[in-house]
Amino acid sequence: MGTTPYLVLSALLFTVGAVGVLLRRNAIVVFMCIELMLNAANLAFVTFARLHGGLDGQVIAFFVMVVAAAEVVVGLAVIVAIFRTRRSASVDDASLLRY
Amino acid sequence: MNGEAIVFWVVAPVALLAAIGLVFTRKAVHGALLLAVTMVCLAVLYVAQEAPFLGVVQVVVYTGAVMMLFLFVLMLVGVDASDSLVETIRGQRWIGLLAGLVFGGLLVLAVTRSPFDEPRGLARVTPEGNVPGLADIIFTRYVWAFEITSALLITAALGAMVLAHRERTQPRPSQRELAGRRLRAGGAAVSPLPSPGVYARHNAIGTPALLPDGTPAESSISRVLASRGATGSVSQANADVIRVEELDRRSGEPTQGGTT
Repeated sequence: MGTTPYLVLSALLFTVGAVGVLLRRNAIVVFMCIELMLNAANLAFVTFARLHGGLDGQVIAFFVMVVAAAEVVVGLAVIVAIFRTRRSASVDDASLLRY
Repeated sequence: MNGEAIVFWVVAPVALLAAIGLVFTRKAVHGALLLAVTMVCLAVLYVAQEAPFLGVVQVVVYTGAVMMLFLFVLMLVGVDASDSLVETIRGQRWIGLLAGLVFGGLLVLAVTRSPFDEPRGLARVTPEGNVPGLADIIFTRYVWAFEITSALLITAALGAMVLAHRERTQPRPSQRELAGRRLRAGGAAVSPLPSPGVYARHNAIGTPALLPDGTPAESSISRVLASRGATGSVSQANADVIRVEELDRRSGEPTQGGTT
């Protein structure tokens, strides 16, 4: 089986994640969409690793996963901290720096 | 059609549909579960693409740890923290959708138009299997990045602890202070709130108690039950009271005990 179907799936998943980031307001949903985009990129990495016959792509995907885990921990802590002070998880409400 | 193609065409639509569902569900919890489905599907695709180690890591790290974290935070923040439908920027929704469609179209076009060789496969570079091959490369060529990763993880854990920690700015009020505050506030009941009515015909904890004049006491039902709509409604209790009073008038003597 060729490479193209995997890459098309990866592109579609990335697009869906990007649309989610643009459309949704709930900070947690936005965050989940970012995770989806990272996963789509990982799929492309794994596919290219197989295409080129080297393991480097898989190692990079592994590091992406580690960094994503760290990012999720900090990001969710930020969301919880914002929710504590503002009682809201909407990305539009935290706009104090605008003024 | 070989086995890999069958796996792909079964799993890929599920992954894509779940991802689309994540964007369009109203409740964040459903979104989290759909995202978990997508991640499990991706793990299957990794295994199908000669990356069994990454497939297992995907299940353990993503569906196991990350999605659990998401669900915990959803529990803290409130399950029903749904989106507001007010657009802050005019027409943002349609512009975002259009931008997404254009972007996705371009990406898919670029991928489908470019010629790819048949994948070379990993059998040649990993004669001993996937995990030993990965271990070789991680602990030789990428060992520096791997070490840096540990610093990143420790920093992230410390950062999360600092961010989520809440310092008490004033001492915790004692029971005496709380009682004094309640008395000074005046008006409100100093005694505990009335307990819900216990009657034969209704779910007792969801039924308001009746005051001496026969009206239901709204403060006797839990606020949580009321907001969930799980209470035998106040108007229902009211109607029952009226009916019982009518029966009393007809029979000439008050019925003893509970009303309904």
